[in-house]
Amino acid sequence: MDLGLSHFLAVSAALFTIGVVGIFVNRKNIIVILMAIELILLSVNLNLIAFAVFSGTIAGQVFAMLVLTVAAAEAAVGLAILVVYFRNRGDISVENVDLMKG
Amino acid sequence: MAVIAFYLIAAVVLVSALSVIMARNPVHSVLWLILAFFSSAGLLVLIGAEFLAMLLVVVYVGAVAVLFLFVVMMLDVDFVELKRGTLRYWPFAVLVGIIFAAEIVLASVIGTADMETNFDASPGAETNAEAIGQVMYTQYLLLFQMAGIILLVAMVGAIVLTLRHRPETKRQNIAKQTSRRRSDAYELKDPTPGQGI
Repeated sequence: MDLGLSHFLAVSAALFTIGVVGIFVNRKNIIVILMAIELILLSVNLNLIAFAVFSGTIAGQVFAMLVLTVAAAEAAVGLAILVVYFRNRGDISVENVDLMKG
Repeated sequence: MAVIAFYLIAAVVLVSALSVIMARNPVHSVLWLILAFFSSAGLLVLIGAEFLAMLLVVVYVGAVAVLFLFVVMMLDVDFVELKRGTLRYWPFAVLVGIIFAAEIVLASVIGTADMETNFDASPGAETNAEAIGQVMYTQYLLLFQMAGIILLVAMVGAIVLTLRHRPETKRQNIAKQTSRRRSDAYELKDPTPGQGI
């Protein structure tokens, strides 16, 4: 049996599901939520690259690079917000974020 | 051979991803996350997408994961307290996970065309990096520049968010320093002897 596109799709579907479950399981801990989001982005990237490689085009790989860029930017800004939030409140509990009721 | 390697590495990816969301200590979560990224890069090497695999290692392991590690270690949070009572989220989380997985499986079963097994990671070029380089700076130049701008905005945003001036720390005020005149700094007195000023 040869290595096929469906192998990669299965792995990234499982990875995506693990990421989504991770968001729900760690509802209190925003750091792990951010890590779960990184897992989801990783699975999306794997999908994009696998489709690009198995269809023999290069555009998908370039797009995966852009997704990587956005993921890095998102992690940086998200963690910066987290640090500011911790500085102001002294904890990182997600359940208190809705204090402003905005 | 490649399939066996794929199954091994994919198992590592999935186990480490599960450990990311289940680890008690967020530092362990970050370390598992690094393993997940690293072995995903291994999966990409298997189908010849070497450039993106290396990029994954450099960007995710080298930058993002280390950033996470810094933040986890910098914040003085009682993680045991955060973990308390998370057991009751599990049924709901598993339910949502099953729904998601079912939707993905359904979509790929319905929407599957012929799953090709011949792959080409570097069409029209010798190597993968060469293939990407041929289009990156020509066809996708605008996207490339926009990615750079996104990174710049994120960098400025992160700095603006986390920068703070504590009033108690002494710091150099360059404008004040350079606008200082000689007349502000000292004045000449001409004291008469035996009297002082």
